Amino acid sequence: MEFLYQRDVYGKTLVELGKKDPNVVVFDADLSSSTRTCIFRKEFKNRFFNFGVAEQNMIAASAGMASCGKIVFVSTFAIFATGRAWDQVRNTVAYNNFNIKIVATHAGVSVGPDGASHQALEDITLMRLIPYMKVIAPCDGPQTHDAVVAAYETPGPVYVRLGRPKVPTIEGRGAFRFGEAEVLTQGKDLTIIACGIMVKQALDAASALKKEGVTCRVINMHTIKPIDTKAIIKAANETKGIVVCEEHTIVGGLASAVDEVAAENKPTTVLRVGVRNRYGQSGEPEELLNEYKLSVNDIILTCKKVL
Amino acid sequence: MKKSISDSEVKVLEEKAKHIRRLIIQMLAKAGSGHPGGSLSLTDIITALYFKQMRHNPKDPQWPERDRFHLSKGHCCPALYAVLAESGYFPMEHLWTLRKLGSILQGHPDRRTPGVEVASGSLGQGLSVALGMSLAVRIDNRASRVYCAMGDGETQEGNVWEAAMASSHYKSDNLCAIIDYNGFQIDGCTKEIMNLEPMVDKWRSFGWHTIEIDGHNMKEILAAFSEAETIKGKPAIIIAHTVKGKGVSFMENVLEFHGRAPTQEEAEKALKELE
Repeated sequence: MEFLYQRDVYGKTLVELGKKDPNVVVFDADLSSSTRTCIFRKEFKNRFFNFGVAEQNMIAASAGMASCGKIVFVSTFAIFATGRAWDQVRNTVAYNNFNIKIVATHAGVSVGPDGASHQALEDITLMRLIPYMKVIAPCDGPQTHDAVVAAYETPGPVYVRLGRPKVPTIEGRGAFRFGEAEVLTQGKDLTIIACGIMVKQALDAASALKKEGVTCRVINMHTIKPIDTKAIIKAANETKGIVVCEEHTIVGGLASAVDEVAAENKPTTVLRVGVRNRYGQSGEPEELLNEYKLSVNDIILTCKKVL
Repeated sequence: MKKSISDSEVKVLEEKAKHIRRLIIQMLAKAGSGHPGGSLSLTDIITALYFKQMRHNPKDPQWPERDRFHLSKGHCCPALYAVLAESGYFPMEHLWTLRKLGSILQGHPDRRTPGVEVASGSLGQGLSVALGMSLAVRIDNRASRVYCAMGDGETQEGNVWEAAMASSHYKSDNLCAIIDYNGFQIDGCTKEIMNLEPMVDKWRSFGWHTIEIDGHNMKEILAAFSEAETIKGKPAIIIAHTVKGKGVSFMENVLEFHGRAPTQEEAEKALKELE
């Protein structure tokens, strides 16, 4: 099985976009070796700007840059991009509907040993509720490439959520379509909807359940906003309930987005695998996924509650 | 290419500023809310920018070679809207729709107004926006200059100093900031609420070229803009000492008029003074 850092893929994709389009500019705030925007910096020194440890300035400056016709990729850790600089994102990036792509890394508890201050568990919520903002959380390395290209091609502000650790490549996926859910397995008993690293966990849970005679429709909801309402309504109509899995708080993120669609269109059971009113902490990613009830087993147990 | 300034030209600009002040009063009285004090303190500076200093084209607001202006102190947009309308960016009658539902003139600037580059209103971010513009202009090798008008109170925001540090780090000599130093913020005198002094030393220590002027003396304003253009390797800031509510006797240095529009009666009195 292939394991890739989403961040490495991001850095390389930036170079690809930078070669294609001289208007692509990249900003970072002293984390370019972690976010891997340093790969772009090496190729395009005059189109890369390091803002030091000053995320608010970086985000607001991206608006000035974009007002001059540039497509600006702005990167730092998810906690700082979405939390520290939220007002700048809301009032100065998104309100102007500028072509700014906030590609944030180190989302979720899988950041590991750095602990709570560096583990963004609220970023999807914080970005999803801003008008004009689009949100993508790709599931693996190859999908990160496609998501970054989609962000580039999609006008206006886009938030792309990436993780820190190497993640397994999910085989047999089709082409990435922005805004369109990806159905990975067919099943008629229940539906599991996941994003980011939880997609692999969902697939593993579905395999285990299959052995017990339960078939699951696993959906990779890589685009959280705009969300694929048709796929959710179809799942609500055709299966007995939905389990939503995200490495994120259960408040306001993917689970809420799914629940909102179901509630308004086809009320059904929606159970949530996610972080419940807690901060993260230090530990290894695998340990933390267990601690925060994000493991394959937690998904299996939740699925059984639906049935 | 430097513009020489004749006395008659200064006179014309002073008259223009008076006219802009009249428009500000009329707009605010009609709107029934808004911020006269800081709009009037900025008037001479913004008049000098739009009617003398800046290269811009009202018929083509997105002209790539234009100089950029960003109003960081967004609440003083009546001054900006007046100079934009007077320059021909949009018909004058829009001025009477300020702050009304559906108007192209929002209570704080946004991009639905022709001539507004970037929205503002949340204080402390404008210098960052201007820095972003200045770096874009540099990438494109353009001669455009970037002007950013800030309030004095907003320099209490930490974001301003992040931008101050970065602008001098990037040697943004196409960037000229202006502080409308009228000494008042909503809750009182800046000296009492959160002292800004020593203002000039702060900017100098952040690596900026500083120019201190009387922000109501047209000759000094124009000379400051000219001086800023000659500075190489660092950004320039004009610290303009101004009077809040300038030009209307009963508004000058009166805290209340930071954020209260004149009544119809007050407006008539003000317009008489501005004849």
